[in-house]
Amino acid sequence: MSIKAENLVWKIGSKTIIDGVSFAAEPGKMLGLLGPNGSGKTSLLRLLAGLKKPTSGQITLDGKNIAHIKRRSMAQRIAFIEQHATTNAGLKVIDVVKLGRFPHRSMFSGWTVADDLAVTSALERTEMTAKRNDRWQSLSGGEKQRTHLARALAQSPQELILDEPTNHLDIHHQINLMRLVSSLPITSVIALHDLNHAAMFCDQLIVMQSGKIVASGSPEDVITQALLHDVFSVDARVESSPYHSKPHIHFVR
Amino acid sequence: MSVSDIKGGGVRLYSRFVSLVAILLASALGISLIVGISVGIGDMPIPLSSTYAAMTNRMGWTSVELNRIHETIIWDYRLSRALVAVFCGAGLALSGAILQSLLRNPLAEPYVLGISAGASTGTVAVIVLGLGAGSISLSAGAFIGAFAAFSFVALLSNGARGGADQTILAGVAASQLFNAATSYIVTTSGNAQQARDVMFWLLGSFGAVRWPEFALVSVVVGIGLIICLFYARVLDAFAFGDEAAASLGVNVGRARLLLFGITAVMTATIVSMVGTIGFVGLVVPHAARFVVGPLHVRLLPACAIVGAIFMVAADIASRVLIPQQVLPIGVVTALVGVPFFAIILYRFRRAT
Repeated sequence: MSIKAENLVWKIGSKTIIDGVSFAAEPGKMLGLLGPNGSGKTSLLRLLAGLKKPTSGQITLDGKNIAHIKRRSMAQRIAFIEQHATTNAGLKVIDVVKLGRFPHRSMFSGWTVADDLAVTSALERTEMTAKRNDRWQSLSGGEKQRTHLARALAQSPQELILDEPTNHLDIHHQINLMRLVSSLPITSVIALHDLNHAAMFCDQLIVMQSGKIVASGSPEDVITQALLHDVFSVDARVESSPYHSKPHIHFVR
Repeated sequence: MSVSDIKGGGVRLYSRFVSLVAILLASALGISLIVGISVGIGDMPIPLSSTYAAMTNRMGWTSVELNRIHETIIWDYRLSRALVAVFCGAGLALSGAILQSLLRNPLAEPYVLGISAGASTGTVAVIVLGLGAGSISLSAGAFIGAFAAFSFVALLSNGARGGADQTILAGVAASQLFNAATSYIVTTSGNAQQARDVMFWLLGSFGAVRWPEFALVSVVVGIGLIICLFYARVLDAFAFGDEAAASLGVNVGRARLLLFGITAVMTATIVSMVGTIGFVGLVVPHAARFVVGPLHVRLLPACAIVGAIFMVAADIASRVLIPQQVLPIGVVTALVGVPFFAIILYRFRRAT
């Protein structure tokens, strides 16, 4: 078992943001996290990445409570891609990707062949090799997101956590990014808004509403007309796509 | 990876090492040269060769016959002054670079945490109110005031846990509070002469510094530079914000507190000796970034070197711009700083 959450509760003051969430991500699979705005997706991802401490409950990595794992050891196996992470520093793409090697290097160690290999292959997999010397400010939205992904891959993670990575991307880059992430041989947990993309690419889905999990399972089981009505308040019909045999949603006016 | 690639990497590493040594040597030469020029300038001009001979004499390497008055002026006044300027410039530029990175704000500078305002309150309390009844010096008063303001900011911004914006706002609040306290003391208790003294001190002056000041500031800035260089990669990891740094394995709370603490100690030490010299900490990091890029392992030494040279040059300018009169150093740095600031703003407008 890879990442596992057990009865997670997270509160800010008296407000409960995450309310008794339990699930397990299967190794090597892509787990999609769906839910309306404000349902707690981002908060849950932050808890999973160890950036916030749950009020109660625990998160385990291969059976070990992450509260007892050192920050650096966490960063050596979990990579996190935030929403809208940007910088005003004039960093080059290669500098940003090299940041991914930070948890693997000690304060005194130099740049190793392994570091170089990880960065080179991350750039290649995200097709950013040609842009490696471009400045962050000159990149398009899609290129910035691919650079973030390359940085995350350079961390050589076993788990990848992504918070709505396809926001603000054109459809070509959205599909490319989803295909790339789903082809990776690592466990990924990804918050998404596009239900059709979630159904196409994710192996498992979790649907959240007001901090609770209201449905989970395979896309076929989760994406139903009743759920879309109850959780997202939309009138829709779901059919099996003749092209990829996954559920496809038609929104009815 | 083939053998020739690794060999190529070795050669590249070697040539990079050579160029690094060359750059450091050139910088040391540049700093020595401008220090030499600074020592030579004043009411009694002293040629560069005399300065050089005076130094080698003192080291015991040579025994050149020199004008006794020249030797005294060099050793007792001008050399210590120029060397203090070197370390003040380096320390302020370094602090500015670190705060700009940690707060992710291009307009951050060493005084953003309220340190200059606190120092001025401390100084005024000593000059005007006679706090400590002569038992504490001006510098000690300034240092205490600076740290009081810094503690206030740290408290207001929730220790190290508050974000960058919260820290900046807390710094603004602290600056307002302590500046108000300074004005209150001066207007209610000060006479005209005291007000002039305070004013001159606030704008910065190297007039009073001697060897004890040099010993203190060189140790503080030297240690600060070394610790910051160890944290160069951590500072890089802050590029995308605190959360991104944390997800890369940085202990954000500890790193922020340590780096804020170092900049506070460096800045408070400098302010307590030479007053509030503005714009060096704001301008030099930006200038250095244009040349060496944003990665801190190069940026921090570059800031130290450029800051040192800039400060000595400003000290020279403050003495030669108006004959028979020394301008406050803060006036000179601001006269250069403001046009540069305008360029930064202009570039910023184009970028967004």
